[in-house]
Amino acid sequence: MSTSEIDRQWTTRLRRRALEKLPPEKTLPDSQPSYVSSWIYVFGVTTISALIVVIATGCVLALRGPTWWHGSSIGHFVNSLHLWSVEIFFFAMVIHLWGKYFMAAWRGGRAMTWITGMVLFLVSIVTALTGYVSQSNFDSQWISTQAKDAINASGGGAYFNLLNFGQMLMWHIVLLPLVLVFLVAVHVVLVRIKGVVPPFEEDAGQQSAGASHE
Amino acid sequence: MGPLLYAALLPLNHPGHFLHWHFIEISVANTIVIGLMLLTFVAALVLPFPGRRRRKENQ
Repeated sequence: MSTSEIDRQWTTRLRRRALEKLPPEKTLPDSQPSYVSSWIYVFGVTTISALIVVIATGCVLALRGPTWWHGSSIGHFVNSLHLWSVEIFFFAMVIHLWGKYFMAAWRGGRAMTWITGMVLFLVSIVTALTGYVSQSNFDSQWISTQAKDAINASGGGAYFNLLNFGQMLMWHIVLLPLVLVFLVAVHVVLVRIKGVVPPFEEDAGQQSAGASHE
Repeated sequence: MGPLLYAALLPLNHPGHFLHWHFIEISVANTIVIGLMLLTFVAALVLPFPGRRRRKENQ
């Protein structure tokens, strides 16, 4: 195969473009800028850590089923781990959101990072809702019968029926986790490509330094 | 014995407590969580991060 033929292959072009956008030293960097040494920067990774526990405990619940998670001590324990890791997930995600909002983290061409984060927040809410209605207890019956009115009022009830346990469970354990994990991966890759947003003063300093060079 | 002890410490067998202010109605539990989030947010901004001074000196 000639060099020009190799250059034209989609695998070659895709690899070169991926390495150009995200070289290994950006994918797994040795260090971060000094301004990242603040507690406000730890809530993104806290959210991802909580998500890992959510998925791991969810897998155990899926293996054993509702009789186990309602009827045995270890089932109650894993069920509680699943619930409380979701609480930590949302707790950390909201603080991460506040931090990034007040930093105006969409600066410097980071709009897509901000947008994927916002979409992740919305998808997480729907994932949690489908989880609450999949508990198969009185709590889930109450939530589903209350929430169905909102969905029906929006016209979405024909496609997303909160009273249909099977449909809600499938959304909760298949469709929404797939979307969530995909979006988290895109969000993290975008953070790696663009880097962590600098503080305002650092950003102004960089811009004025750039202007003086021109 | 264990579950009974927990029930004595934190009785949950009653309707939830709610706060009312004009048209705003929120459970005490959710208010506490929002308060804790605000506290954590402020603490994250003001508390010193371990090793921050050392990193600045290295740079």
